[in-house]
Amino acid sequence: MHLLEPRPHPSRVMRWTAPLIAVAATLLTGSFLFWTLGKPVLTSFHVFFIQPLETGYGWSELLIKACPLILIAQGLAIGFKARIYNIGAEGQLIVGALFGGGVAITTEGMDAAWIVPAMVVAGAIGGALWGAIPALLRTRFNASETLTTLMLSYVASLILAYMVNGPWRDPEGMNFPQSIMFGDSALFSILLEGSRVNTSLFITLAAVLLFWIFNAKSFMHFQIEVGGLAPAASHYAGFSAKQTVWFCLVMSGLTAGIAGVGEIAGPVGQLNLNISPGYGFAAIIVAYLGRLHALGIVLAGFLMALIYLGGEAAQVSLQMPYAITGIFQGMLLFFLLGSDVFIDNRIRRLV
Amino acid sequence: MIEHLIPILAGTLGAAVPLIFAGLGELVAERTGVINLGVEGMMLVGAIAGFAAAAESGYGVTAGLPAGALAGAATAMIFGFFALSLAANQAACGLALTIFGIGLSAFIGQHYVAYSLPGLKPIAIPLLSDIPLLGPILFKQDWVVYLSFLAFAGIAWTLAKTRLGLLLKAIGESPESAHAIGYPVISIRFGAVAFGGAMAGIAGAYLSTVYTPLWVQNMSAGRGWIAVALVVFASWKPARLMLGAYLFGAVTILQFHAQGLGIMVPVQFLAALPYVATIVVLVVISRDRRVLQNNLPASLGKPFLP
Repeated sequence: MHLLEPRPHPSRVMRWTAPLIAVAATLLTGSFLFWTLGKPVLTSFHVFFIQPLETGYGWSELLIKACPLILIAQGLAIGFKARIYNIGAEGQLIVGALFGGGVAITTEGMDAAWIVPAMVVAGAIGGALWGAIPALLRTRFNASETLTTLMLSYVASLILAYMVNGPWRDPEGMNFPQSIMFGDSALFSILLEGSRVNTSLFITLAAVLLFWIFNAKSFMHFQIEVGGLAPAASHYAGFSAKQTVWFCLVMSGLTAGIAGVGEIAGPVGQLNLNISPGYGFAAIIVAYLGRLHALGIVLAGFLMALIYLGGEAAQVSLQMPYAITGIFQGMLLFFLLGSDVFIDNRIRRLV
Repeated sequence: MIEHLIPILAGTLGAAVPLIFAGLGELVAERTGVINLGVEGMMLVGAIAGFAAAAESGYGVTAGLPAGALAGAATAMIFGFFALSLAANQAACGLALTIFGIGLSAFIGQHYVAYSLPGLKPIAIPLLSDIPLLGPILFKQDWVVYLSFLAFAGIAWTLAKTRLGLLLKAIGESPESAHAIGYPVISIRFGAVAFGGAMAGIAGAYLSTVYTPLWVQNMSAGRGWIAVALVVFASWKPARLMLGAYLFGAVTILQFHAQGLGIMVPVQFLAALPYVATIVVLVVISRDRRVLQNNLPASLGKPFLP
């Protein structure tokens, strides 16, 4: 006999407490990890999760990392509801950055207010195009989007590598694989003096609002949700499955593409090989941790940003490899999926 | 042309080894109805464990491959706990395993970035290696290449001709029926997942101790995902998986010979070939829904709670 049995009704309480349980389990296992590495547990904990938030600058850095994660996760969440698994947002981010970066490089030396908006539009188009390829392959040839989106991520990073090693390499960059540093007219303006927080923040803010309204009000969203929960009913109602695939993949590509522009016209300031520390993959976890809900994603985005900051702090203060971030991300997703099981199931009573 | 052909074909066999091991392992797991998208993560953990064992023990590959297999199987158990014991979403658990494995391997690998290993010398099989053309291609390889032939033969035979193979396939088709007859479905699936992990670990250890032989962060570079795609391409049949692996081995090795062949294309474009080829291959195989439907293990990816 198995330890679990189905609940008569899915538990609403578990649906929202599962992320908290997952975070708690991650922290617990994380402490165990610190302990086995011979690091003082409390100090490590403090360095990883508290120290980054002790200064105003720390909070501003948190905001910078949370914004792209939230933006990408909003787009991904729509697809996940329809069971369309775009796991290649990283590639869509890169192509968005390439398109946006192209605008910045061709307008070099110009001073015009339209440059940044043009970069955002170009990035959105780039990301959407990179999302449209798997949509075409899925609707026309039935090819699984999970694998095609991921393969296209590798292709995107190689195109980026080609561009910054070849045509767009900074002639005065000592042969480093990077483009020129963008001028002020191709950068978002700084919002808070002394920090890196910039006006791209408003894009994420607007996206959260738009997706919140879209999720609550639009018929398209209803169609997507029915398609994910009950494909047969959706078919019977005459909803187009193909339309849903196109919408979800193009939309998630679009948000990832804009997030890419946010990086190159923000904290990074140029095209190079490190424009994203895996935001496209981390955003998948953010979307699930936020229960695919526009506001839940905001909270989850901040938590994930903290894990990034904690990883950086641990590298400096504890001499720990930055890769610890990936370990925490993986554990978090595992524990979340594990706790989610208890939404529909409960532990069998033995009596 | 011909002076290029032999090294290209001989190199293809080596380049295909990681795909063969990882792909065959995933094929066995999928035959029992479990899709584990964590191959990339298991490969990387196997790669660093194999590399560490080879470097620290002084026994090289002889220690590296078993260590890689053990480490791969151990990480597969994490997947097993969540995806099988708790019956969580398999695709998402696999993704978690990949993210975790990339992080863990980079974490451990920190100490091994500057090391290099001697690699393996090819073993020429007497008489057979003297056959013109075929000899140097097939029979002047390192022993892991020969092991990959054995692995294929063993798995193909087990699946097609033995009771165990029949049981694995039966569980993949209908875990409910297998459970009703009294087979421990979850335990057997655990076994298949562990086997898949061990094979992915061997694939990774081959990359780090023989093929490269260096430890580089994220060195599998998507081969684990390509292996997953190959299983679909093979429509869950071992012989077709071998064919696919050699095709991809050839595409991978081509980039090192492109200049000699007079192909003047930027290296990044050549490096993108395997990924583009994966997409093409997926499109070709998925286009005909019937081929997929007829071969797809019926319970693939569906959680099972007895």
